[in-house]
Amino acid sequence: MSILVEVLSWVFLIGGSVCVIIGSIGTTRFPDFWSRLHAASITDSAGMILLILGMCLQAGFTLITVKLIIIGIFLFITGPTTTHAVANAAWVSGLRPDKNTSFKEPTTKTGKSSNQKPNKN
Amino acid sequence: MRLVGTAILMMALWLLMSGIYKPLIIGFGVISVVITLWITRRMDRTDNDAVELNLGLFKSISYFGWLMVEIVKANWAVIKIILSPKMAINQHMFHIDHTQKTDVGQVIFANSITLTPGTIAVETETGGFLIHAVSYSSDDLDALADMDARVTKIEAANDV
Amino acid sequence: MMFEVTALALFVAMVMALFRLFAGPSVYDRVMAVNMFGTHTVLFIGIYGFLTERPDFLDIALLYALINFVGTIAILKFFRYRAIGDISQMPKETSEDEVGS
Repeated sequence: MSILVEVLSWVFLIGGSVCVIIGSIGTTRFPDFWSRLHAASITDSAGMILLILGMCLQAGFTLITVKLIIIGIFLFITGPTTTHAVANAAWVSGLRPDKNTSFKEPTTKTGKSSNQKPNKN
Repeated sequence: MRLVGTAILMMALWLLMSGIYKPLIIGFGVISVVITLWITRRMDRTDNDAVELNLGLFKSISYFGWLMVEIVKANWAVIKIILSPKMAINQHMFHIDHTQKTDVGQVIFANSITLTPGTIAVETETGGFLIHAVSYSSDDLDALADMDARVTKIEAANDV
Repeated sequence: MMFEVTALALFVAMVMALFRLFAGPSVYDRVMAVNMFGTHTVLFIGIYGFLTERPDFLDIALLYALINFVGTIAILKFFRYRAIGDISQMPKETSEDEVGS
């Protein structure tokens, strides 16, 4: 039983490490800001969940697990909120995806977002 | 009634987080809870904007189980894009509608969209979200409509 | 053993986030990199607590998560409105001026 928990927490921790590193590779490789956001959200979702789960299994049924779960719930809620805040701020300030990544201008519904001039980069 | 629930919740949080059960430390906790309740009531008088949390418990839990599976699938798709030598990026932005009525339902839907890598909710105007997708295909619209229906279902569960 | 591997992986990821922080062309790249660095730091503090067998470090990790979130939102609000105070009490033209430039 304990060897099973040990192996499972190994798998979670190594998987989380790999996800975190891949997310960082994505942020250095991707060409523009909008695609980098997606790479950063791998770290926020998969890497965070796997690492917290691995640490929970390592801690067992103690108060430490409760703290880890509270940290996990907090990051689970605030991670996408921060990503949305960064994306929305960049969108409002006029940052648009590169033209050479086959980006199509959105079909606007309200016409509010189309009359802002695009940024230089 | 709301105040009693808040007090019980905060006291449980204090007891779980501190882990020391001496009378002095628990007394500090009680004083903190009383001060926080007083500030909350005072803020309620000027703001008066209570958030109603009417979600079905079991349907929420099954929804989050489904969301975990979706997160794993979306992560796998984005990881494949990152590790492939030529990154097959096909960026696209599009509007979708949402059918949730309350603010909490819309927040859950927008956060679920952003939490699955590959799609980000950029603008939350009235009547629709502006979505940015990194590798767009026409299946994305169906997947997002499916997610929309599921969130609306857990929101509507409070009638039972 | 496994915590050393995880801590090393997080360290490498943090170095890459720092690279994006220095290289990022726009200010939003940098804000995104700072937020990602903060998430890595929260996880690293937790792993470090297990590594040295002092789980009290988790309190610091929770506090760091709170500060990271509030700090990121404050930076974004400042770059959008050029103010951190109450937006609704500001003069109209200073809050609308910076948006879209």
